[in-house]
Amino acid sequence: MSETASKHQQQEHQQQSAVLKPGTSAPDFTLHSKPGESVSLSQFRGRPTILAFYPADFSPVCGDQMTLYNEVLPEFEKFNAQLIGISVDGVWSHLAFSKDRKLRFPILSDFEPKGEVARNYGVYRKQDGMTERALFVIDKDGIIRWSYVSPIGTNPGAEGILNALESNAGPREHG
Amino acid sequence: METEIVKLTIPVSHRDHIQGKDTAPLTLVEYGDYECPYCGQAYPIIKQVQKHFGPKLRFVFRNFPVSQIHPHAQHAAETAECAATQNKFWEMHNYLYEHQQALDDKHLEKYASELGLDLTRFKNDMSMHVHAARVREDFLSGVRSGVNGTPTFYIDNIRYNGSWDLETLGNIWVHY
Repeated sequence: MSETASKHQQQEHQQQSAVLKPGTSAPDFTLHSKPGESVSLSQFRGRPTILAFYPADFSPVCGDQMTLYNEVLPEFEKFNAQLIGISVDGVWSHLAFSKDRKLRFPILSDFEPKGEVARNYGVYRKQDGMTERALFVIDKDGIIRWSYVSPIGTNPGAEGILNALESNAGPREHG
Repeated sequence: METEIVKLTIPVSHRDHIQGKDTAPLTLVEYGDYECPYCGQAYPIIKQVQKHFGPKLRFVFRNFPVSQIHPHAQHAAETAECAATQNKFWEMHNYLYEHQQALDDKHLEKYASELGLDLTRFKNDMSMHVHAARVREDFLSGVRSGVNGTPTFYIDNIRYNGSWDLETLGNIWVHY
């Protein structure tokens, strides 16, 4: 099947690009979350942060992925972790998407220069002009503890994130 | 579709809602949401698949309400769980999928009444959210098993990533 072949190409591509690995310091960034509002990674220092890069607002799989994370949010919060979604879509698209899916976490626009943050994390797909479907769990000191690049059409679910938070992000905080 | 094998972390047990015998050679587990239109589409297909396989198939349903986009899904799931405590889980399960377009609290109570549930108990359970913990337990077991949307199916503890139309599901026997 050509689909399988393209999956292989994808995997090869992933291996070739330099996805930031565990142990690496997470590059800081400041991106727009809403028109007129910005969010920086460094403002979450002191608590674990989950970065979820996704290819595009409103594409069916992404919808499921962000919708799923929205539901799992209380579990992330048990680790005091902050979830951040990132795609190359503009703020107005994000606003509509966030409203439609009733998202309770920020989604940021890696819009100008396009994909710069994704490039810094090694998860930009130049050939498509969008980011990989990639996950990073960053600890309270700003060190990447887990990273994962999913096949672009596959929702990676939340299990990997929860496992990473459990094993890497320090003791679970209750409350 | 993908090579990664994703497994059900909580095996089927007596806590589950099960149709069919424990000795059935094939087990199909669904994580579903009563308000999800795709689950609604899958509902009659599952019925046909059950008919097709007969006693060879055991079917299990677990709750996976996606509440932020389906505002009635959580209460609908609690309604089904409440019915379960009155030995009417599958009656309610069917009823909810057959009345998917009207799942607000008023209708849920009407369905409970129509199915002959003890209404005093129903109202108490619903207002106290007695079954919310069970629904969340199902949901989290799904998250830990790689459920990434609804419906998600498992065949003999392995996540099924293929299409769930009747023709494909009818042929799963060949592959498993």
